[in-house]
Amino acid sequence: MRKIATALTRSRVWRSVFRHGFPDSNRNRSLAIFSSFFLHFHPVKVRVRAIAFTRTFYLGGLALACFFILTVTGTFLMFYYHPIVPSAYNDMKDLQFVVSYGMFLRNLHRWTSRTMIALVFVHMAWTFMRGAYRHPREFNWTIGVGLLVITVLLSYTGTLLPWDQLSYWAVAVGTNIVGAIPIIGAKVKLLLLGGHEINDNALLRFYVLHCVVLPLTLAFGVGLHLWRVRKDGGIHLPELPPRRDDVGDENYASTRADAGSPESSDAPHENA
Amino acid sequence: MALIDDLDVPMTEAELERRRFLGLLGSGALGLAGIGTMVAGVGYLEPNAPYEQATRFVVGRPEAIVPGGVLTLREQRVYVVRGQAGVYALSSVCTHLGCVTRHGLGQSEIVCPCHGSAFDMEGRVLSGPARKRLPRLELTLERGEIVVHTTSQVDDDTLLEV
Repeated sequence: MRKIATALTRSRVWRSVFRHGFPDSNRNRSLAIFSSFFLHFHPVKVRVRAIAFTRTFYLGGLALACFFILTVTGTFLMFYYHPIVPSAYNDMKDLQFVVSYGMFLRNLHRWTSRTMIALVFVHMAWTFMRGAYRHPREFNWTIGVGLLVITVLLSYTGTLLPWDQLSYWAVAVGTNIVGAIPIIGAKVKLLLLGGHEINDNALLRFYVLHCVVLPLTLAFGVGLHLWRVRKDGGIHLPELPPRRDDVGDENYASTRADAGSPESSDAPHENA
Repeated sequence: MALIDDLDVPMTEAELERRRFLGLLGSGALGLAGIGTMVAGVGYLEPNAPYEQATRFVVGRPEAIVPGGVLTLREQRVYVVRGQAGVYALSSVCTHLGCVTRHGLGQSEIVCPCHGSAFDMEGRVLSGPARKRLPRLELTLERGEIVVHTTSQVDDDTLLEV
């Protein structure tokens, strides 16, 4: 068995895909993360403190998972949905009552969109509470706020697609708010609706925004957001008091005494 | 991206000047093309023929509305009201956020189902959140029939005498 595994991992085909050996040593484990397209946005080494559940509650990751679910369920829904006025509503009803697993997919899409908005919002609130928006992460905070806006816009453009009363009036009210912007409002509203009324044109425009423009923008933004997390020094961690080995026994007691204040970690180095 | 000049071609001051000029010309052309794309993009997205509700349509003979009666045109979003002195038309689109208002038969007020704004039969605001009155639309009489012009608003005391 071991012979077969060794022969396999040393074969030319295997080596053309995986440049590293079997990840049973620290070096190979590092190389596995480092050389994989799918894993490379993870750091090669992570502090246990950084991946503790209560550090981030995995809120950003869960929001990203929601985005994956929404992309997959949304793609499935697109196979039955026509963005045209009489059929949009009928297709939605067909999905609920005629198509196999249609009700499940539609509800999953709907509930996941709600969940994603909630998660993105709580993720933002938690980032704020932990002070992780501060230097050097100011720019990533700004990207994050942009992603929140795109998430809300995705939910809003999706609201029109079932073409029921709720959809129609939500979009009537929303686009009238846009129309109230001074100077450019009327023009932006015209471009958004593709006319002066909410009908076929508006439905098609919201459909294209919902299925193509906004998801691509969000995917690009998420890529940038995750890349910046790494470039800005990984997950924000508050400083720990120094270790006994680093400062010596005589200083260690004093650092423990005022470990609560953020300045305490600098103090022992001045003594030393 | 830092350009490493590994060719190390000797260049005179005039050639350097030309390089800068061409560089400027290139970025200028790119910028212009970008602006052009944006203008054309917006122009493309603006529909020239939206195939919408007609903005001018015939309602019928004014005698068909009883004095004090209201004709509700749901599709066109217009109320045609026959008062004591003449006929006038109101837009039925709420001035708050654009929902279509409702008028019940025999009632003396127009109510918006979205946020509860109420208007009297002259279009004046009775209660908010709407702050502007329902606009009065232009009416003309052509061959004895009322014609509504939804894109043309008129003063709030304009009447079509019948």
